[in-house]
Amino acid sequence: MAEQDLTSSSILIAQAQTDTGNSEAQQPGNAAGTNDAVEEQVVQEANDAAQGITVVVEGSEVVAADPAVELHAETQGAYTEQEKSVFPPFDSSTFGPQLFWLALTFGVLYLLMSKIALPRIGEILEVRRDRIEGDLAEAERLRQKTDQAIEAFEAELAEARAKSHGIADETRAKIKSEMDAKRRDVEADLAKQVATAEARILKTKTDALANVDQIAAETAVAVVGKLAGKVSIKDARVAVSDVVKG
Amino acid sequence: MAGTDPISQFKVKTLFSFGTIGADENGANGVDLVFTNSALFMVLTVGLIATYLILSTRGRGLVPSRLQLVSEMSYEFIANMVRSSAGTEGMKFFPLVFSLFSFILIANMWGMFPYFFAVTSQIIITAALALLVMAVVIIYGVWKNGFGFLKLFVPSGIPLPILFIVVPIEVLSFLSRPLSLSLRLFGNILAGHIVLKVFAGFIVSLSALGALGMFGSILPFVMAVALTGLEFLVSALQAFVFAILTCIYLNDAIHPGH
Repeated sequence: MAEQDLTSSSILIAQAQTDTGNSEAQQPGNAAGTNDAVEEQVVQEANDAAQGITVVVEGSEVVAADPAVELHAETQGAYTEQEKSVFPPFDSSTFGPQLFWLALTFGVLYLLMSKIALPRIGEILEVRRDRIEGDLAEAERLRQKTDQAIEAFEAELAEARAKSHGIADETRAKIKSEMDAKRRDVEADLAKQVATAEARILKTKTDALANVDQIAAETAVAVVGKLAGKVSIKDARVAVSDVVKG
Repeated sequence: MAGTDPISQFKVKTLFSFGTIGADENGANGVDLVFTNSALFMVLTVGLIATYLILSTRGRGLVPSRLQLVSEMSYEFIANMVRSSAGTEGMKFFPLVFSLFSFILIANMWGMFPYFFAVTSQIIITAALALLVMAVVIIYGVWKNGFGFLKLFVPSGIPLPILFIVVPIEVLSFLSRPLSLSLRLFGNILAGHIVLKVFAGFIVSLSALGALGMFGSILPFVMAVALTGLEFLVSALQAFVFAILTCIYLNDAIHPGH
């Protein structure tokens, strides 16, 4: 492009010079001074044109810088300061290397995570969960054992209480029956004694009553003897008994 | 960095080259294996994630140390996210979602350092990640559901005449997913960094004006500090948004019927 522009600028200069020639040819009668002035003006114009073209050439250099730099970057892998026109994240020349390194690093990360790090952490958590569950189960087992012991203790206590109750009842019944037997014995004994005593009293009473007859007879004998002479004891007794019966 | 130009920070610069492969005898048309600042920060991102996760869980402590706790929390955070939005079946994509989330998060965080390069401010990177997600969604969806995957575009329980309107909308929304997924991340990070740089540039140019300018630069300074905080939020949020949208799209691949 730059070269083309350069060529076109030289063509322009050449045209300008031919124009000058033409004007000379068209105006042969002109004074040399005028001719010089025209020539100066034309040269000036040509120079201006050339300068303008130079500016264009510079501009085209700037425009051309981009592909050149890109080519440069692609072949050399280096970037120059001129490469500013592309917004860096959209610079497609960096896409290839970035994708390559992303695939490499992310692949390595995925492998390390899925093969080493995550299974290891998972295992740690699993072991801990198992351990906690095991400990909880053990605690539960021990608690049940304690409950069982408490139950057995209470059952034994109740049994013992029932047993002691039974013993007390039994003892009470035994004592009662013994006491009853003794009381019966004593009562029988007493009844017997009472009966004996009553019999004795009766005997004594009859004896006494008999003795009373005797005494009455004797007293009658004595009284009669004193009053009317001697009476036999036998008659007296008959008399007394008559009176008593009478 | 070239002065206060807010754009130059996104320029991919070649650090060194591994040489060119496939070039012709003139040295042209080859593929350059150049190591750029972008590649450097991708390597740093992956290096940081892998080193941290692997080293912090090395002890496999039953009672976790603080470092290990961070790894476990990030694991459970992503695992819960995948499980709640894509179901138990989605857990086979857990490593992918975790890699995406951690890569974007840490790349964004590296970008928050002054003079560092934000990998996610490159449209090609975010577009590649979004296309990766969409490729996984489409390939898995078709492989698992066959033509049933197309039910994705036909919501159930809608009368036939309305389907003529709804189906094109669904197709359009599906096609716009990779675009929105990549542009959201790219735009947020790019805009945030430009704004930060502009405000930081105000400080420099105002300070150059003398005492009054220095006094005047307090306002952009406060703004720059506040925006830095905001950018940290945006960095984390965009990683989260990318991950959760990935989960939602994967859910579509697993259960295409609405």
